Amino acid sequence: MSERRTFRDMIAANKRNSALLMMLMFAFFLVLGGVLGGAFLVPPDRIGEGVTMGLVAGAIAAAVYGLIGWYGGSGVLMAFHGARKIEKRDHPQLFNVVEEVSIAAGLPMPNVYIMDEAAPNAFATGTSPENASVAITTGLLEKLSRDELQGVIAHEVGHIRNFDIRYSMLMAMLAGGLVMLSEVLLRASFFRSNRRSSNNRNAGQLQLVLMIVGIVLAILAPILAALIQLAMSRQREYLADASAVEFTRNPEGLAGALAKLAGDRTPMECSKATESMFIVSPKVGLRGGADDLFSTHPPIKDRIRRLMALR
Amino acid sequence: MPWIFIAVIVVLLIFVIGIYNGLVRRRKEVDNAWAQIDVQLKRRCDLIPNLLETVKGYAAHESGVFEKVTQARSAAMAARGTGEKIAAETNLGGALKSLMVQVEAYPELKANQNFLALQEELTSTENKIGFARQHYNDSATGYNTAIALFPAVVFAGMFGFRAAELWQITDAAEREVPKIKF
Repeated sequence: MSERRTFRDMIAANKRNSALLMMLMFAFFLVLGGVLGGAFLVPPDRIGEGVTMGLVAGAIAAAVYGLIGWYGGSGVLMAFHGARKIEKRDHPQLFNVVEEVSIAAGLPMPNVYIMDEAAPNAFATGTSPENASVAITTGLLEKLSRDELQGVIAHEVGHIRNFDIRYSMLMAMLAGGLVMLSEVLLRASFFRSNRRSSNNRNAGQLQLVLMIVGIVLAILAPILAALIQLAMSRQREYLADASAVEFTRNPEGLAGALAKLAGDRTPMECSKATESMFIVSPKVGLRGGADDLFSTHPPIKDRIRRLMALR
Repeated sequence: MPWIFIAVIVVLLIFVIGIYNGLVRRRKEVDNAWAQIDVQLKRRCDLIPNLLETVKGYAAHESGVFEKVTQARSAAMAARGTGEKIAAETNLGGALKSLMVQVEAYPELKANQNFLALQEELTSTENKIGFARQHYNDSATGYNTAIALFPAVVFAGMFGFRAAELWQITDAAEREVPKIKF
């Protein structure tokens, strides 16, 4: 019964953190809107108006971005990783394995995607178990046995059941949005500072302060997002591994798959925003044994050791 | 004074409704899990004629095994009641397993795409039956525990919540639920 409670706690924490993340995103858009509005929209003597306009624009942008992310997030992530959706006839075995594991978990069947990628890897995304997707690389399909594939899928379905997918999708959205925004912001501020014509000295200074705040935010935010993501994702991986064993009752399957993935040296291109979603870090150097401070994943040998302790 | 009584009764009522709804939800989950086993058992029965048709062309001497599978299939489809059904399905599973072992001796079959596809379907369906049973037993155990715990046990009988029967299996290969530690 205690493991059940752990999973329930995790699910509750994930839902809470997801809501928190949404609020954080909203607040960030408002602050950014206010700062940008004050700094760029109006001449320095009408800064209050500019801030108000910026706040409104920020709120609208946050709502639009939030809605697009919530309803279209998995589609965007799949397109971003070049994943295509498959039906049963495209790959009966993969489809069967996903079906088996979702039956074991008592969850609806998720959408199945394949990525044309030689490096063996997999991830899951979505907002809830009713609206979830798993994506697997072709390299993974080639290199793993049926039982190992089942272990990997069970790990991904574990992420789905534990609502990790909702949190990590919002995280990827936030990180991706911040990277995009900070680029726009930095470019705009340099462009603007070249042709500034201030007629009021004090207001000009205030505008300068706002601009600096904007730049600092833009630089700090992605780092902050990365740190939060880092702290959260290791525990998630262990729990998803344990969930996989709960579903398949076969620790050897996932352990064997992890051992193969650890030994694989095929490089894979991946963005920082989505790196933590994969079953093993796409960065080959971060998989081996070393407990790297900046790795989003726990060392694989540690995961295998914990899996084998479940026998 | 009467207000306190009314308040206490209202609070109690809300409490009981909460427990009742929780039990209904769990029972629904158990029913769904049971239905899922049925779906997969039916799927297995549907696969058999095709499988036998494919295998017959290569392994005509194994007619005894074919006969056994056919009989077990008819018995499984005719079975009524949980106990009888479990016995018949276990028997069918065994017959199919021995068929697949016999067929190992015919390497030509391994080159037949149709057979390979059927073999994958059968493997997957057996897995699905196993997982559906596992999920059913897990949710039935959770439900049985929930109706046996105080205070739910006080109302459970009153509202007609009966303990669910587990899908017991005597197969020694059946794996134990692992203990998960953190």
